[in-house]
Formats: sequence, C-alpha cells, structure tokens
Amino acid sequence: MLKWLTLLICLSAPALSQEAVARFGSGPTPFLIRSTTDIAIIRPVIDRFAELRPDLTVTYEQWGSNALFARSRAECRGEGTPADAVLSSAVQQMVWLVNAACAQPHRSAVTAALPDTRRWRDELWGITLEPAAIAYNRAAFAGAEVPRSRFALLDALRADPDRYRNRIATYDIAASGLGFLFAFSDSNEATTFGALLEGFARVDAVATCCSAEIIAGVAEGRYIVAYNVLGSYVASAARPEVGMILPEDYTLILSRAYMIPRGAVQAASAKALLDYLLTPEAQGLLEQAGLVASMDVTETGLAPSARRSIALSPSLLVGLDQTRRNLLLEFWADTFAPGDVP
Amino acid sequence: MARPRALATRVLWAVLTILVLGGVLVAASTWWNGRQAARQSYDRILLGAANDIAESIRIQNGAPLVVLPVSAFELLAQAPEDRIHYEVRGPGGTRITGIDTDTLIAAQPGFFDATLNGEPARFVQVTRRFVERDFSGPVDVIVGQTLRARQAMALTLSRDALWPMALAGLALVLIAWAVVRRALAPLDAITADLAARDPYDLTAIPTDDLPHELQVPLTALNRFMARLEGQLDAMRNLISDTAHQLRTPVAAIRVQAEAAQAESDRPSRALDRLLGRTRSLGTLLDQLLSRALVVHRTDSAPRRVVDLREIALEMIERDDHPGLSIRLEIGEDPVTVRADAFSLGEAGRNLLGNAVRHGQSPITIGADRIGPEARLWVRDSGPGPAPAVRDRLGTRFNRSAGSGETSAGIGLSIVHAVAAAFGGRLDMTADETGFTIALVLPGEEDRTC
Repeated sequence: MLKWLTLLICLSAPALSQEAVARFGSGPTPFLIRSTTDIAIIRPVIDRFAELRPDLTVTYEQWGSNALFARSRAECRGEGTPADAVLSSAVQQMVWLVNAACAQPHRSAVTAALPDTRRWRDELWGITLEPAAIAYNRAAFAGAEVPRSRFALLDALRADPDRYRNRIATYDIAASGLGFLFAFSDSNEATTFGALLEGFARVDAVATCCSAEIIAGVAEGRYIVAYNVLGSYVASAARPEVGMILPEDYTLILSRAYMIPRGAVQAASAKALLDYLLTPEAQGLLEQAGLVASMDVTETGLAPSARRSIALSPSLLVGLDQTRRNLLLEFWADTFAPGDVP
Repeated sequence: MARPRALATRVLWAVLTILVLGGVLVAASTWWNGRQAARQSYDRILLGAANDIAESIRIQNGAPLVVLPVSAFELLAQAPEDRIHYEVRGPGGTRITGIDTDTLIAAQPGFFDATLNGEPARFVQVTRRFVERDFSGPVDVIVGQTLRARQAMALTLSRDALWPMALAGLALVLIAWAVVRRALAPLDAITADLAARDPYDLTAIPTDDLPHELQVPLTALNRFMARLEGQLDAMRNLISDTAHQLRTPVAAIRVQAEAAQAESDRPSRALDRLLGRTRSLGTLLDQLLSRALVVHRTDSAPRRVVDLREIALEMIERDDHPGLSIRLEIGEDPVTVRADAFSLGEAGRNLLGNAVRHGQSPITIGADRIGPEARLWVRDSGPGPAPAVRDRLGTRFNRSAGSGETSAGIGLSIVHAVAAAFGGRLDMTADETGFTIALVLPGEEDRTC
C-alpha cells in the first residue's frame, strides 16, 4: 500500500502552480522562465546569464511537467500571462506545443549546429544531455557484480527475487511526464520492456514520483536499485552511497527542450538566452551541474551504438495520444496491481 | 532620329527573346512538375500513415479502439520539419481520438487542403467501415501535415532541373551569336564596300560567293547602275552630239552670211542681223557643249585636289579676249579644293566672259582663301548688275535686256552648276572699287606638302 500512498500524495499536490520561484538580477525588464529543472541545479547558469544581461530581472519558476504543460496550453489559447521561455524535460509535451503552433522560430549559428535529434522546426531545441540511468546502492552490491544491462538486471531479479522485493524503485509514469516519456521510449525501443515490467511486478517494485526521493531512498538503502533515473539528478545529488550505471544494451539520452512561446513578451531576450545556453561557456556550466553528461566512451564505458537520443520529432506525439497513454497506464497499473503486494 | 538597329542586333534580340520566353516557360513547367512530384510523393506518405492508423483500429467492447502505431508517425517524420495532425472520428463525426481538441478540421473524403494552426497544410481522410456484431459503421481517419517538406522538395527538384537548362540556354545564346555573326558576314562586307565606294562609281558590285538572298538584290542593283550609266551616257552624248553636230552647219551659215555681206554693195540690215544671230548661235552651242561637259564631269569625273591659283593662271594664259588687259592677283600659298579642274576652268571662263561683256575695265582675276573657304573670283570696275537682276542671275536662259544678241544667258548657270556640284556657292559683292563675283568652294587641307 505504500506506493499507493506516495502516488496519492503526488496526485494531490497542487496541479496548476509552480513549485518554487527564484529571482536573478535587478534590471528594469522582467523576464520569465518556466522550467521543470530544479532551481538548485541550474542556478549557476541562470546566475551567469543575469550577469551578462543586467537589464533583466530573471524570474525562474520551477514547475511539475504536467502542470507546466497544462499552463502552456492555456497560454497558447491566450489565457494568462505567457512565459518568455519554457524549458521542460517532458519533451513530448514540448513537441505537442510546437506542433500546435504555440512556439516561435529562431535560427542562429549555434542552433543550426545542433544535431537533428536536438532541433525541430527551429522552434524547439534540446539544451542538455542526460542519460536515463540505473542507480544502485553501493553498499548493497559490495563485492557483487552490478547489473550493467537490462538483461543482467532481469537475470538478477529472477535469481534472487527476495533480495529485491520492494526494493526496486522507478518513476510513477502516471504522475511524472518524464517517467512516462522514459517508459514510452522503452516500450518503443525494445521488447525487454514487457519482460522488465513483469520482473518488476514479481518483486513488487515501487513506482514513485520524484527523483530526489528515489535517490534519497537508494542512498538510505530503502531501495537497492532505481530504474530509469535521470543521470543528472544522481550526479547532482552527490550521495557517495549511490552508484550509477548507463545500461550497456541501450541508454536513453534526454535533451531538455527549450521553447519560446508564441506570445513571449521578451522574445528577443529568450532568443539571447537560448543562444547563450548553447555556448561552450554555458554548456560547461551545465556539465558541472550534471545536466550535460560527458558522452566520452572511456568515461562512461558506453558504446556510441548503445546511445538512444530521444529525438525531438512528431513521433513523440504518439505517447501523448489518450488511448495509447491509457493502454500504457493500464499495462503499468496491471503490473503494479495492489493484489501483487503480499 | 534614332539610328536604326543593325540586322545582327535585331536577330540576336529575337533569339534572346525566344530563349528568355522559352526559359520562362520551361522554368514554370519545371516548377509545376517539381510541385506535382513533391505533392504526389508526400501525399503517398500521408495516405500510408492514414492507412496505418486505420489498420490499427479494432473493436473492443462495442467501440472502436485506436492503438496509434508509432510507424505511422515515423512515416510522417519523412517530412521532419512539418507539423502534423491526426484525428479519428466514429459514426456521426464523434471524436474517438485526436491530437488536439482545439483544432477543428473541416474534413472531406480523399485528399484536401486546409490550414493547420494558421499554416497551409495537406490532409487526407481514409474511411474504414466496420461490420461487427457489436459495432458497425464508418470510422474516419484524418491525417494532415504542413507543406514545408513539399515546398523544399519542389524547390530542389526544379533547381536541379533548371541548372543544366540555364547552362544550355547560355550555350545556345553563344552559338546563336556566332551563327548570326557568320551568316551576316557577307552583308557586313558589302556594307563596308558600299560605304567606301565613291558616290559616282557606277561599276558593278562583285556578287561571287554571296548567299542567294543577297545575290538577287545586288544583281538588281548592278543592273540598275548599269542602266543609269547608260542613260547618263546617252544624255550627255545627246546634248554634246547635238551641239557638236550643229556647230559645223552653223559655222557654214556664218561663213555664207559673211560672204554674202562682203559681196553685197549696199548694206542690208537683215543680213547684219542674220550674221549676228548666227554668231550668237555659235556661242550658245559652245556653251551648251561646255555645260554638258561640266554636268557630265561633275556627275562622273573623280574629284581631285585642285589649286585654284592654277585655274586662274590658266584663264589668263588662254587669253580668250585679246586686246583686253586682265590682271592676276594670287598669293603664294596654294588655294586647294577637291573638285574637277576642267569644270572649274569652264566656270572661271564664264565668270570672266560675263565681266568682259557687262563690266568695265580693268578686270582682275584672283584666287584666295578666307577661313575654311576657297574663292575663285573675277572683279571689274563697273557697278555690277542692278540688285533686281542680280537675284535672278544664274537661272538658266535668263536673258536681260542688256544681254544682247551674243549672250545665250547660260554662262552663270554653268557656274551655279559647278558650285552646286562641289558643295559651294556663288558670291557677289559690289563696292565703290567695282563688282566682284566669286565661286566659293569648301577648302581642302593641302596634303601635297
């Protein structure tokens, strides 16, 4: 019942408001960013931008992805004050917004240099590089082989189900846009997904909502493995007890998507921020913050062929289709059915 | 008046116009073809995606269930930069699923154009009919896509097709230029030949090695020139022959009249007059002959550089009027004109003759140069003719009351003809020292020294 409790807590959180707000600079012109990224993590980059643009007072609002999506759709219909820039990890929602003509285009040398997977219509850009990782408790695997791929994880679950019972965590896809995106991408990527969900079901895995909570759980030893955790959060949590694996069969790589709403008042500043975010300086700051993962093979041990970038493309819209979404959620709910709890 | 355009220019303009018109037509048709090709290929993708979605519909619990296939969207992603739209409608237009409840598309069967969120887009509607125990009726799948990829493809196709054509067009222009230049080369040669030709040269233009089209007019021109020369010959022969033929009988009549006068004891007035008229007829014939010669020569004799001082000197040396003292007044510098020496001599003789007949001694002949003009002049010490007479001078057969029987009134008309032939004029001035009549001609730069 514990997971249902956490799920209820997540659902009952205020759906249509920001979670936190921070202000940078004190210029005469207000500039509003709405983002799903934790303020604490992205602070150095925004600080630097505010320094470069003393004319702006940057207001940074941190939102949950679904709430941000709902808010942006409302803005697109002309309701409420539009943000000047939107940065979200739920890229399928951003693709939907761009597809619905809620964004405005921008093209510069730095945006043109982005690979095709990180740019759509010159209206949506992938700013970060964050792998979906498997986090594990180092102490729990002391002296033992850490599963380095989904197959290894499945085998481990089968070999010793009792060891993992109730101690595997993953995002609750109903509550987390990001969790849903990863689950959807997994379901498209490989047939392992079904087997993996079954395996999770057998050991009564926990679907919960927030990265911080999951990582804290792993660190404290409540969970020994967390599946599909955003690597950047693992890195920024800086908990030495937590280890991180980029699955060797394939690793999903997410680029947080940046969009300039059609109704943005400070569109020029939003374009300047975009160009700044793609400069080597800002990318360096983002790397320090863990938001741009080094994809060097020697560092990560991840072969280039195992990288699966979640491309900014209309294919992501399938994941937003209500029927399709309901099916996945049903499948998910069946797997994590209350009856399975002993 | 603007200079008429050269034949080569006209032909080249025509060729260019044809090429440009052709180019525009080809460009338009290429663009149209490119557009059609892009439309067809992307329409197929659209239809494929719609069929894909239609295939994925199944009936569950008496209602259609759409499990949207990712493959349909991957098909649509062939146009990576385009927005998409999809919607599935059940019987009666009820919405089963769709991308966006806010976007309403007025759908129609098959392919159709509409705007998608303010951007032009292409749509297709595919209908799948279900006849199941618990559900029957049509289910419409509507899939749409904006036009960026189509436009880009149409542009690429047309551009790729137009490049070689533009190069071919350029090559055609160059070839056309070369061909036109080559075809018109004989014409240019003839033009140059005609321009360099003396205006009085009536010899035939060579027509060998010329295109047939040019030979026809040139042969006609040559025939015309030959006829003209024949006519000219006949005319001047007629006058000179006639004058020449008449001179002998008139001289005979004069001799007979003089003999009759010498034989007769009493003076006969009629005989005197007969003699006078006969002499005057002789002079007239001389002058007619001289005029015919002058007209002929001014028409056909080539012009040469002539020193007017030599003409004046010759007039003195010829000494047509014995017993009269005639003075010569010439400078040291040559007074050159481009004319025919014989005609100038005749003109000078007539001027002197008039001065002897109508003027008063002493008479002076001279040649000089005033500015760009060269003058051959005769001055007598008389008052000259009355202004009324002076205006009519030079008209042919103009005979004043004072002309007398010895003048035929043709002398000044010879001078006028010479002046006109060589681009000059007749100039008359009267002052207290006398009357000067001058033949003024455009001076020629002396190239002999």
